[in-house]
Amino acid sequence: MSECVVPTLTSAEVVASKSVLPEGWKADMSNLAGLDLTLCATELLRRTTSRLPQDVIDALVKGRDAEEPGSRAFNTLNDMVRNIILADGNVSPLCQDTGSIIFWVRHPFGFSQRAARKQLRAAVMEATKRSWLRPNCVESLSGKNSGTNMDPFHDHHPAFHFEEWDQAHIEVSVMQKGGGSENVGAQYRLPDAALGAGRDIKGVRKCIIDAVVKAQGQGCSPGILGVSIGGDRVTGWERAKELVLRKLGTANPDPKMDAFEKELTRDLNTLGIGPMGYGGATTVLGVSAEEMYRHPASFYVSIAYMCWSSRRGTLTLAADGQPSYDL
Amino acid sequence: MIRLTTPLTEEAIRQLKVGDEVLLNGNVVLSRDMGHKFMKEQKPEWLKPILENMVIYHCGPVVRKNADGSWTFVAAGPTTSIREEPYQADVIETYKVRGVIGKGGMGKKTSEGLQKTGAVYLHATGGAGSLLAERVKRVVDVKMLEEFGSPEAFWIIEVEDFPLVVTMDSHGGSLHEIVAQQSQDRAKALMA
Repeated sequence: MSECVVPTLTSAEVVASKSVLPEGWKADMSNLAGLDLTLCATELLRRTTSRLPQDVIDALVKGRDAEEPGSRAFNTLNDMVRNIILADGNVSPLCQDTGSIIFWVRHPFGFSQRAARKQLRAAVMEATKRSWLRPNCVESLSGKNSGTNMDPFHDHHPAFHFEEWDQAHIEVSVMQKGGGSENVGAQYRLPDAALGAGRDIKGVRKCIIDAVVKAQGQGCSPGILGVSIGGDRVTGWERAKELVLRKLGTANPDPKMDAFEKELTRDLNTLGIGPMGYGGATTVLGVSAEEMYRHPASFYVSIAYMCWSSRRGTLTLAADGQPSYDL
Repeated sequence: MIRLTTPLTEEAIRQLKVGDEVLLNGNVVLSRDMGHKFMKEQKPEWLKPILENMVIYHCGPVVRKNADGSWTFVAAGPTTSIREEPYQADVIETYKVRGVIGKGGMGKKTSEGLQKTGAVYLHATGGAGSLLAERVKRVVDVKMLEEFGSPEAFWIIEVEDFPLVVTMDSHGGSLHEIVAQQSQDRAKALMA
Protein backbone atom coordinates (compact mmCIF):
# COMPACT_ATOMS: atom_id res chain seq x y z
CA MET A 1 0.00 0.00 0.00
CA SER A 2 2.83 2.36 0.79
CA GLU A 3 4.62 2.43 -2.55
CA CYS A 4 4.49 5.89 -4.15
CA VAL A 5 2.10 5.80 -7.08
CA VAL A 6 3.53 7.83 -9.96
CA PRO A 7 0.89 10.04 -11.60
CA THR A 8 1.44 9.09 -15.22
CA LEU A 9 -1.31 10.61 -17.30
CA THR A 10 -2.24 9.90 -20.92
CA SER A 11 -0.20 11.88 -23.43
CA ALA A 12 -1.43 15.01 -25.17
CA GLU A 13 -1.76 12.95 -28.37
CA VAL A 14 -4.03 10.38 -26.71
CA VAL A 15 -6.13 13.13 -25.14
CA ALA A 16 -6.47 14.80 -28.53
CA SER A 17 -7.40 11.48 -30.16
CA LYS A 18 -10.38 11.18 -27.81
CA SER A 19 -11.55 14.72 -28.55
CA VAL A 20 -15.15 15.36 -29.59
CA LEU A 21 -13.81 18.03 -31.95
CA PRO A 22 -13.28 16.83 -35.54
CA GLU A 23 -9.60 16.88 -36.55
CA GLY A 24 -8.56 20.26 -37.86
CA TRP A 25 -11.61 22.02 -36.34
CA LYS A 26 -11.15 25.77 -36.23
CA ALA A 27 -13.38 28.65 -35.21
CA ASP A 28 -14.18 31.27 -37.83
CA MET A 29 -13.04 34.39 -35.98
CA SER A 30 -13.96 36.64 -38.91
CA ASN A 31 -17.59 36.01 -37.94
CA LEU A 32 -17.60 36.45 -34.14
CA ALA A 33 -21.36 36.90 -33.93
CA GLY A 34 -21.87 33.59 -35.72
CA LEU A 35 -19.41 31.51 -33.64
CA ASP A 36 -20.56 28.17 -32.28
CA LEU A 37 -18.80 27.17 -29.05
CA THR A 38 -20.93 24.08 -28.36
CA LEU A 39 -18.47 21.44 -29.53
CA CYS A 40 -15.25 23.01 -28.26
CA ALA A 41 -16.89 23.66 -24.86
CA THR A 42 -18.15 20.04 -24.68
CA GLU A 43 -14.53 19.01 -25.19
CA LEU A 44 -13.47 21.40 -22.42
CA LEU A 45 -15.93 19.70 -20.03
CA ARG A 46 -14.75 16.24 -21.09
CA ARG A 47 -11.26 17.28 -20.03
CA THR A 48 -12.11 19.13 -16.81
CA THR A 49 -14.30 16.32 -15.46
CA SER A 50 -11.65 13.64 -16.03
CA ARG A 51 -8.27 15.41 -15.77
CA LEU A 52 -6.79 17.48 -12.96
CA PRO A 53 -4.49 20.42 -13.70
CA GLN A 54 -0.80 19.50 -13.42
CA ASP A 55 -0.15 22.03 -10.63
CA VAL A 56 -2.82 20.36 -8.46
CA ILE A 57 -1.38 16.90 -9.13
CA ASP A 58 2.12 18.17 -8.28
CA ALA A 59 0.87 19.66 -5.00
CA LEU A 60 -0.88 16.40 -4.02
CA VAL A 61 2.25 14.38 -4.78
CA LYS A 62 4.41 16.82 -2.83
CA GLY A 63 2.00 16.51 0.11
CA ARG A 64 2.03 12.73 -0.05
CA ASP A 65 5.81 12.55 -0.17
CA ALA A 66 6.00 14.67 2.99
CA GLU A 67 3.67 12.31 4.92
CA GLU A 68 4.89 9.27 6.85
CA PRO A 69 4.93 6.30 4.37
CA GLY A 70 2.12 3.88 5.22
CA SER A 71 0.22 6.41 7.34
CA ARG A 72 -3.46 7.01 6.66
CA ALA A 73 -2.59 10.44 5.26
CA PHE A 74 0.00 8.93 2.91
CA ASN A 75 -2.33 6.14 1.76
CA THR A 76 -5.21 8.54 1.22
CA LEU A 77 -3.11 10.87 -0.93
CA ASN A 78 -1.83 7.82 -2.80
CA ASP A 79 -5.45 6.77 -3.48
CA MET A 80 -6.15 10.26 -4.77
CA VAL A 81 -3.27 9.87 -7.24
CA ARG A 82 -4.59 6.42 -8.26
CA ASN A 83 -8.00 7.98 -8.84
CA ILE A 84 -6.47 10.71 -11.01
CA ILE A 85 -4.78 8.10 -13.21
CA LEU A 86 -7.97 6.02 -13.55
CA ALA A 87 -10.32 8.90 -14.36
CA ASP A 88 -7.93 10.21 -17.00
CA GLY A 89 -7.43 6.80 -18.60
CA ASN A 90 -11.15 5.96 -18.64
CA VAL A 91 -12.37 9.49 -19.43
CA SER A 92 -14.69 9.17 -16.46
CA PRO A 93 -15.51 11.79 -13.83
CA LEU A 94 -12.79 12.19 -11.19
CA CYS A 95 -15.55 12.58 -8.62
CA GLN A 96 -19.23 11.65 -8.73
CA ASP A 97 -20.00 15.18 -7.62
CA THR A 98 -19.21 16.87 -10.89
CA GLY A 99 -20.19 20.11 -9.23
CA SER A 100 -21.96 23.27 -10.15
CA ILE A 101 -20.67 24.52 -13.49
CA ILE A 102 -19.25 28.04 -13.58
CA PHE A 103 -17.99 29.68 -16.77
CA TRP A 104 -15.77 32.71 -17.22
CA VAL A 105 -15.73 33.96 -20.81
CA ARG A 106 -13.39 36.70 -22.06
CA HIS A 107 -14.01 37.83 -25.60
CA PRO A 108 -13.40 40.63 -28.13
CA PHE A 109 -16.00 43.17 -29.26
CA GLY A 110 -18.58 41.75 -31.63
CA PHE A 111 -18.99 38.41 -29.83
CA SER A 112 -22.56 37.46 -28.88
CA GLN A 113 -22.95 36.68 -25.18
CA ARG A 114 -26.54 35.63 -25.77
CA ALA A 115 -25.48 33.05 -28.36
CA ALA A 116 -22.59 31.88 -26.16
CA ARG A 117 -24.92 31.24 -23.20
CA LYS A 118 -27.11 29.07 -25.36
CA GLN A 119 -24.15 27.13 -26.73
CA LEU A 120 -22.45 26.62 -23.38
CA ARG A 121 -25.74 25.37 -21.94
CA ALA A 122 -25.99 22.93 -24.82
CA ALA A 123 -22.44 21.77 -24.05
CA VAL A 124 -23.39 21.14 -20.41
CA MET A 125 -26.49 19.18 -21.47
CA GLU A 126 -24.42 17.09 -23.88
CA ALA A 127 -21.76 16.38 -21.23
CA THR A 128 -24.57 15.33 -18.85
CA LYS A 129 -26.03 13.00 -21.45
CA ARG A 130 -22.63 11.38 -21.89
CA SER A 131 -22.34 10.78 -18.09
CA TRP A 132 -19.39 13.19 -17.83
CA LEU A 133 -21.51 15.36 -15.56
CA ARG A 134 -24.04 14.25 -12.96
CA PRO A 135 -27.41 16.00 -13.15
CA ASN A 136 -26.83 18.41 -10.26
CA CYS A 137 -29.68 20.84 -10.70
CA VAL A 138 -32.70 20.28 -8.46
CA GLU A 139 -35.69 22.37 -7.46
CA SER A 140 -34.86 23.78 -4.04
CA LEU A 141 -38.07 22.93 -2.20
CA SER A 142 -39.22 19.71 -3.82
CA GLY A 143 -35.71 18.41 -4.58
CA LYS A 144 -36.94 17.41 -8.03
CA ASN A 145 -34.04 16.87 -10.42
CA SER A 146 -34.31 18.51 -13.84
CA GLY A 147 -32.10 15.69 -15.15
CA THR A 148 -30.35 18.00 -17.61
CA ASN A 149 -28.27 20.23 -15.32
CA MET A 150 -30.43 23.17 -16.38
CA ASP A 151 -32.03 25.50 -13.85
CA PRO A 152 -35.75 24.58 -13.81
CA PHE A 153 -36.82 28.15 -12.95
CA HIS A 154 -34.48 30.69 -14.53
CA ASP A 155 -31.22 30.50 -16.40
CA HIS A 156 -28.93 30.55 -13.40
CA HIS A 157 -27.22 27.22 -13.95
CA PRO A 158 -24.64 26.94 -15.39
CA ALA A 159 -23.37 30.27 -14.06
CA PHE A 160 -21.71 32.76 -16.43
CA HIS A 161 -19.24 35.59 -16.06
CA PHE A 162 -18.60 37.51 -19.27
CA GLU A 163 -15.92 40.09 -19.88
CA GLU A 164 -15.27 41.96 -23.10
CA TRP A 165 -11.59 42.67 -23.58
CA ASP A 166 -9.42 44.41 -26.15
CA GLN A 167 -7.66 41.25 -27.29
CA ALA A 168 -8.39 39.27 -30.43
CA HIS A 169 -8.64 35.81 -28.86
CA ILE A 170 -11.36 34.18 -26.74
CA GLU A 171 -10.88 32.40 -23.44
CA VAL A 172 -13.46 30.12 -21.85
CA SER A 173 -12.59 28.97 -18.34
CA VAL A 174 -14.73 26.54 -16.41
CA MET A 175 -14.82 25.38 -12.80
CA GLN A 176 -16.67 22.32 -11.52
CA LYS A 177 -17.40 23.29 -7.94
CA GLY A 178 -18.47 20.40 -5.74
CA GLY A 179 -21.25 20.78 -3.17
CA GLY A 180 -19.31 19.41 -0.20
CA SER A 181 -16.58 22.01 -0.60
CA GLU A 182 -19.11 24.75 -1.34
CA ASN A 183 -20.85 23.98 1.95
CA VAL A 184 -17.71 24.64 4.01
CA GLY A 185 -16.95 28.01 2.40
CA ALA A 186 -17.53 30.93 4.78
CA GLN A 187 -18.01 34.67 4.79
CA TYR A 188 -16.98 36.65 7.88
CA ARG A 189 -17.80 40.21 8.86
CA LEU A 190 -15.12 42.03 10.78
CA PRO A 191 -14.79 42.81 13.58
CA ASP A 192 -15.79 39.38 14.85
CA ALA A 193 -16.05 39.43 18.63
CA ALA A 194 -16.31 35.65 19.06
CA LEU A 195 -13.04 35.14 17.17
CA GLY A 196 -11.39 38.21 18.58
CA ALA A 197 -10.74 39.25 14.99
CA GLY A 198 -10.32 42.93 14.18
CA ARG A 199 -10.24 44.88 10.94
CA ASP A 200 -6.65 44.08 10.02
CA ILE A 201 -4.57 41.34 8.45
CA LYS A 202 -4.38 39.47 11.77
CA GLY A 203 -8.16 39.46 11.89
CA VAL A 204 -8.34 38.11 8.34
CA ARG A 205 -5.90 35.36 9.29
CA LYS A 206 -8.07 34.33 12.23
CA CYS A 207 -11.12 34.02 9.96
CA ILE A 208 -9.25 31.76 7.56
CA ILE A 209 -7.90 29.52 10.32
CA ASP A 210 -11.38 29.30 11.82
CA ALA A 211 -12.95 28.35 8.48
CA VAL A 212 -10.41 25.59 7.86
CA VAL A 213 -10.85 24.16 11.37
CA LYS A 214 -14.65 24.21 10.99
CA ALA A 215 -14.36 22.50 7.59
CA GLN A 216 -12.25 19.61 8.99
CA GLY A 217 -12.26 16.95 6.24
CA GLN A 218 -15.77 17.72 5.07
CA GLY A 219 -14.79 19.79 2.07
CA CYS A 220 -12.48 16.96 0.90
CA SER A 221 -9.17 18.25 2.18
CA PRO A 222 -6.48 19.05 1.25
CA GLY A 223 -8.36 22.14 0.15
CA ILE A 224 -7.46 25.10 -2.02
CA LEU A 225 -8.61 28.45 -0.67
CA GLY A 226 -9.65 31.56 -2.57
CA VAL A 227 -9.85 34.47 -0.16
CA SER A 228 -11.10 37.95 -0.94
CA ILE A 229 -10.64 40.70 1.61
CA GLY A 230 -13.33 43.36 1.23
CA GLY A 231 -15.91 43.88 -1.50
CA ASP A 232 -19.59 43.47 -0.70
CA ARG A 233 -21.36 40.21 0.06
CA VAL A 234 -21.65 39.37 -3.64
CA THR A 235 -18.48 40.80 -5.18
CA GLY A 236 -16.44 39.32 -2.34
CA TRP A 237 -17.75 35.81 -2.92
CA GLU A 238 -17.46 36.17 -6.68
CA ARG A 239 -13.82 37.16 -6.48
CA ALA A 240 -13.01 34.52 -3.87
CA LYS A 241 -14.23 31.80 -6.22
CA GLU A 242 -12.41 33.21 -9.19
CA LEU A 243 -9.18 33.21 -7.16
CA VAL A 244 -9.40 29.42 -6.97
CA LEU A 245 -8.61 29.44 -10.71
CA ARG A 246 -5.09 30.70 -9.98
CA LYS A 247 -2.41 28.10 -10.63
CA LEU A 248 -0.91 26.70 -7.44
CA GLY A 249 2.71 27.67 -6.99
CA THR A 250 2.44 30.93 -8.90
CA ALA A 251 3.36 33.98 -6.87
CA ASN A 252 0.76 36.54 -5.88
CA PRO A 253 1.60 39.76 -7.78
CA ASP A 254 1.23 41.66 -4.49
CA PRO A 255 4.40 40.80 -2.51
CA LYS A 256 2.73 41.47 0.84
CA MET A 257 -0.15 39.13 -0.02
CA ASP A 258 2.32 36.58 -1.37
CA ALA A 259 4.15 36.48 1.96
CA PHE A 260 0.81 36.29 3.80
CA GLU A 261 -0.35 33.35 1.67
CA LYS A 262 2.89 31.43 2.13
CA GLU A 263 3.00 31.85 5.89
CA LEU A 264 -0.68 31.00 6.22
CA THR A 265 -0.35 27.86 4.10
CA ARG A 266 2.51 26.70 6.33
CA ASP A 267 0.50 27.41 9.48
CA LEU A 268 -2.70 25.77 8.23
CA ASN A 269 -0.70 22.63 7.53
CA THR A 270 0.24 22.44 11.22
CA LEU A 271 -3.45 22.06 12.20
CA GLY A 272 -3.20 18.29 11.81
CA ILE A 273 -6.50 17.88 9.94
CA GLY A 274 -4.82 16.18 6.98
CA PRO A 275 -6.28 14.57 3.86
CA MET A 276 -10.02 13.86 4.32
CA GLY A 277 -9.67 14.86 7.99
CA TYR A 278 -7.81 11.66 8.87
CA GLY A 279 -4.98 13.59 10.48
CA GLY A 280 -1.71 14.53 8.78
CA ALA A 281 0.36 17.44 7.54
CA THR A 282 -1.48 18.10 4.26
CA THR A 283 -4.56 20.15 5.13
CA VAL A 284 -4.41 22.76 2.34
CA LEU A 285 -2.60 22.78 -1.00
CA GLY A 286 -2.56 26.54 -1.30
CA VAL A 287 -4.17 29.88 -0.53
CA SER A 288 -4.88 32.62 -3.05
CA ALA A 289 -5.77 35.94 -1.38
CA GLU A 290 -6.58 39.36 -2.73
CA GLU A 291 -7.42 42.71 -1.25
CA MET A 292 -10.40 44.62 -2.67
CA TYR A 293 -12.15 47.92 -2.00
CA ARG A 294 -14.81 48.01 0.70
CA HIS A 295 -17.54 50.27 2.02
CA PRO A 296 -16.18 52.06 5.12
CA ALA A 297 -18.82 50.37 7.27
CA SER A 298 -18.33 46.83 5.92
CA PHE A 299 -15.37 44.49 6.10
CA TYR A 300 -16.02 41.05 4.64
CA VAL A 301 -13.65 38.15 4.39
CA SER A 302 -14.98 35.65 1.86
CA ILE A 303 -13.38 32.21 1.80
CA ALA A 304 -14.10 29.88 -1.09
CA TYR A 305 -13.03 26.33 -0.29
CA MET A 306 -12.18 24.07 -3.22
CA CYS A 307 -11.72 20.34 -2.71
CA TRP A 308 -8.48 18.57 -3.66
CA SER A 309 -10.18 17.54 -6.90
CA SER A 310 -9.92 21.10 -8.20
CA ARG A 311 -11.45 20.71 -11.60
CA ARG A 312 -10.75 23.77 -13.69
CA GLY A 313 -9.62 24.36 -17.24
CA THR A 314 -9.40 26.91 -20.01
CA LEU A 315 -10.14 26.72 -23.70
CA THR A 316 -8.42 29.35 -25.84
CA LEU A 317 -9.56 30.21 -29.33
CA ALA A 318 -6.57 32.03 -30.82
CA ALA A 319 -6.98 35.02 -33.12
CA ASP A 320 -6.80 32.60 -36.08
CA GLY A 321 -9.50 30.37 -34.54
CA GLN A 322 -7.14 27.57 -33.47
CA PRO A 323 -8.47 25.88 -30.29
CA SER A 324 -6.16 24.88 -27.45
CA TYR A 325 -6.71 23.52 -23.95
CA ASP A 326 -4.58 23.89 -20.84
CA LEU A 327 -5.22 20.29 -19.75
CA MET B 1 -6.97 -5.63 6.81
CA ILE B 2 -10.36 -7.07 7.79
CA ARG B 3 -12.62 -8.60 5.13
CA LEU B 4 -16.33 -8.26 5.83
CA THR B 5 -19.30 -9.46 3.80
CA THR B 6 -22.85 -8.15 4.14
CA PRO B 7 -25.24 -8.97 5.77
CA LEU B 8 -23.30 -8.34 8.99
CA THR B 9 -23.85 -9.61 12.51
CA GLU B 10 -23.85 -7.37 15.56
CA GLU B 11 -21.08 -9.56 16.98
CA ALA B 12 -18.75 -8.87 14.04
CA ILE B 13 -19.46 -5.15 14.23
CA ARG B 14 -18.81 -4.93 17.96
CA GLN B 15 -15.28 -6.25 17.37
CA LEU B 16 -14.34 -3.33 15.10
CA LYS B 17 -12.33 -0.43 16.51
CA VAL B 18 -11.45 3.02 15.25
CA GLY B 19 -8.52 2.76 12.83
CA ASP B 20 -9.36 -0.74 11.54
CA GLU B 21 -9.02 -1.04 7.78
CA VAL B 22 -11.86 -2.93 6.15
CA LEU B 23 -12.48 -4.42 2.71
CA LEU B 24 -16.23 -4.68 2.29
CA ASN B 25 -17.99 -7.21 0.07
CA GLY B 26 -21.61 -7.91 -0.76
CA ASN B 27 -24.59 -5.61 -1.16
CA VAL B 28 -24.75 -2.05 0.10
CA VAL B 29 -27.62 0.43 -0.20
CA LEU B 30 -27.04 4.00 -1.37
CA SER B 31 -28.95 6.77 0.33
CA ARG B 32 -28.34 10.45 0.98
CA ASP B 33 -30.35 13.59 1.77
CA MET B 34 -33.79 12.80 0.34
CA GLY B 35 -33.61 9.16 1.37
CA HIS B 36 -32.73 9.92 4.98
CA LYS B 37 -35.48 12.49 5.39
CA PHE B 38 -37.89 9.99 3.84
CA MET B 39 -36.76 7.13 6.09
CA LYS B 40 -37.03 9.16 9.27
CA GLU B 41 -40.36 10.78 8.48
CA GLN B 42 -42.17 7.93 6.73
CA LYS B 43 -40.38 4.82 8.01
CA PRO B 44 -41.43 2.73 4.99
CA GLU B 45 -41.85 -0.97 5.81
CA TRP B 46 -40.63 -2.15 2.42
CA LEU B 47 -37.11 -0.95 3.20
CA LYS B 48 -36.83 -3.16 6.29
CA PRO B 49 -35.79 -6.40 4.54
CA ILE B 50 -33.45 -4.38 2.31
CA LEU B 51 -31.65 -2.63 5.17
CA GLU B 52 -31.63 -5.08 8.07
CA ASN B 53 -28.02 -5.97 8.97
CA MET B 54 -26.88 -4.12 5.85
CA VAL B 55 -24.72 -1.09 5.15
CA ILE B 56 -25.90 2.34 3.95
CA TYR B 57 -23.59 4.28 1.65
CA HIS B 58 -23.84 8.08 1.49
CA CYS B 59 -23.30 8.45 -2.25
CA GLY B 60 -24.91 10.09 -5.26
CA PRO B 61 -23.31 8.26 -8.18
CA VAL B 62 -22.77 9.19 -11.80
CA VAL B 63 -24.55 6.38 -13.65
CA ARG B 64 -24.81 5.25 -17.24
CA LYS B 65 -27.78 3.34 -18.64
CA ASN B 66 -26.64 0.59 -20.98
CA ALA B 67 -28.38 -0.45 -24.19
CA ASP B 68 -29.81 -3.56 -22.48
CA GLY B 69 -31.43 -1.44 -19.75
CA SER B 70 -28.87 -2.31 -17.07
CA TRP B 71 -26.91 0.35 -15.19
CA THR B 72 -23.21 1.02 -14.77
CA PHE B 73 -21.65 3.14 -12.03
CA VAL B 74 -19.21 5.57 -13.65
CA ALA B 75 -18.16 7.46 -10.51
CA ALA B 76 -19.20 6.59 -6.99
CA GLY B 77 -17.30 8.19 -4.12
CA PRO B 78 -18.84 9.23 -0.79
CA THR B 79 -20.72 12.45 -0.12
CA THR B 80 -20.42 14.49 3.11
CA SER B 81 -22.15 12.54 5.89
CA ILE B 82 -22.76 15.27 8.44
CA ARG B 83 -25.87 16.41 6.55
CA GLU B 84 -27.56 13.18 7.68
CA GLU B 85 -26.78 13.82 11.35
CA PRO B 86 -30.39 14.74 12.21
CA TYR B 87 -31.65 11.45 10.73
CA GLN B 88 -28.91 8.82 10.98
CA ALA B 89 -29.37 7.50 14.51
CA ASP B 90 -33.11 6.97 13.94
CA VAL B 91 -32.50 5.26 10.63
CA ILE B 92 -29.92 2.94 12.19
CA GLU B 93 -32.29 1.99 14.99
CA THR B 94 -35.46 1.66 12.90
CA TYR B 95 -33.85 -0.49 10.23
CA LYS B 96 -31.13 -2.25 12.31
CA VAL B 97 -28.43 -0.99 9.97
CA ARG B 98 -24.93 -2.30 10.82
CA GLY B 99 -22.78 0.21 9.01
CA VAL B 100 -22.76 3.62 7.38
CA ILE B 101 -20.21 4.56 4.71
CA GLY B 102 -19.47 8.20 4.04
CA LYS B 103 -16.91 10.92 4.38
CA GLY B 104 -16.10 13.61 6.91
CA GLY B 105 -17.51 11.74 9.89
CA MET B 106 -20.65 12.32 11.95
CA GLY B 107 -21.57 13.77 15.31
CA LYS B 108 -22.60 12.78 18.82
CA LYS B 109 -26.15 11.74 18.03
CA THR B 110 -24.98 9.27 15.40
CA SER B 111 -22.24 7.98 17.69
CA GLU B 112 -24.88 7.22 20.31
CA GLY B 113 -26.95 5.43 17.67
CA LEU B 114 -23.95 3.33 16.65
CA GLN B 115 -23.38 2.31 20.27
CA LYS B 116 -27.01 1.51 20.97
CA THR B 117 -27.76 -0.61 17.89
CA GLY B 118 -24.28 -1.99 17.27
CA ALA B 119 -23.10 -0.32 14.08
CA VAL B 120 -19.99 1.44 12.72
CA TYR B 121 -19.17 4.43 10.56
CA LEU B 122 -16.85 3.53 7.70
CA HIS B 123 -14.86 6.24 5.96
CA ALA B 124 -14.15 6.16 2.23
CA THR B 125 -11.81 8.51 0.39
CA GLY B 126 -13.78 11.52 -0.79
CA GLY B 127 -13.28 12.49 -4.40
CA ALA B 128 -12.03 9.04 -5.37
CA GLY B 129 -15.05 8.56 -7.62
CA SER B 130 -13.34 6.55 -10.35
CA LEU B 131 -11.33 4.39 -7.98
CA LEU B 132 -14.37 3.41 -5.93
CA ALA B 133 -16.61 2.84 -8.98
CA GLU B 134 -14.12 0.13 -10.04
CA ARG B 135 -15.02 -1.77 -6.86
CA VAL B 136 -18.72 -1.83 -7.77
CA LYS B 137 -19.33 -5.26 -9.29
CA ARG B 138 -22.89 -4.65 -10.40
CA VAL B 139 -26.04 -2.70 -9.83
CA VAL B 140 -28.50 -5.11 -8.21
CA ASP B 141 -31.57 -2.87 -8.09
CA VAL B 142 -32.73 0.71 -7.70
CA LYS B 143 -35.70 2.08 -5.73
CA MET B 144 -37.33 5.51 -5.90
CA LEU B 145 -35.40 6.48 -9.02
CA GLU B 146 -38.33 8.33 -10.57
CA GLU B 147 -39.23 10.14 -7.37
CA PHE B 148 -35.75 11.13 -6.18
CA GLY B 149 -33.64 11.31 -9.36
CA SER B 150 -30.42 9.37 -9.91
CA PRO B 151 -28.14 11.12 -7.35
CA GLU B 152 -30.66 10.55 -4.54
CA ALA B 153 -32.21 7.16 -5.36
CA PHE B 154 -31.78 3.99 -3.25
CA TRP B 155 -29.29 2.16 -5.47
CA ILE B 156 -28.54 -1.38 -4.31
CA ILE B 157 -25.10 -2.39 -5.50
CA GLU B 158 -22.74 -5.29 -5.00
CA VAL B 159 -19.22 -4.23 -4.07
CA GLU B 160 -15.97 -6.15 -4.06
CA ASP B 161 -13.14 -5.29 -1.65
CA PHE B 162 -14.47 -1.80 -1.13
CA PRO B 163 -11.66 -0.04 0.82
CA LEU B 164 -12.78 1.61 4.07
CA VAL B 165 -11.50 2.73 7.44
CA VAL B 166 -13.50 2.48 10.67
CA THR B 167 -13.50 6.06 11.98
CA MET B 168 -16.42 5.71 14.44
CA ASP B 169 -16.98 2.45 16.27
CA SER B 170 -19.79 0.97 18.35
CA HIS B 171 -17.99 1.80 21.62
CA GLY B 172 -18.07 5.58 21.34
CA GLY B 173 -14.69 5.97 19.64
CA SER B 174 -14.39 8.62 16.92
CA LEU B 175 -11.29 9.58 14.98
CA HIS B 176 -13.12 12.72 13.81
CA GLU B 177 -13.62 13.91 17.37
CA ILE B 178 -9.93 13.41 18.14
CA VAL B 179 -8.72 15.27 15.02
CA ALA B 180 -11.24 18.08 15.61
CA GLN B 181 -10.11 18.54 19.20
CA GLN B 182 -6.41 18.56 18.31
CA SER B 183 -6.89 21.00 15.43
CA GLN B 184 -8.98 23.34 17.60
CA ASP B 185 -6.22 23.40 20.20
CA ARG B 186 -3.62 24.12 17.54
CA ALA B 187 -5.83 26.87 16.02
CA LYS B 188 -6.01 28.59 19.40
CA ALA B 189 -2.22 28.66 19.54
CA LEU B 190 -2.00 30.01 15.95
CA MET B 191 -4.51 32.76 16.72
CA ALA B 192 -2.83 33.84 19.94
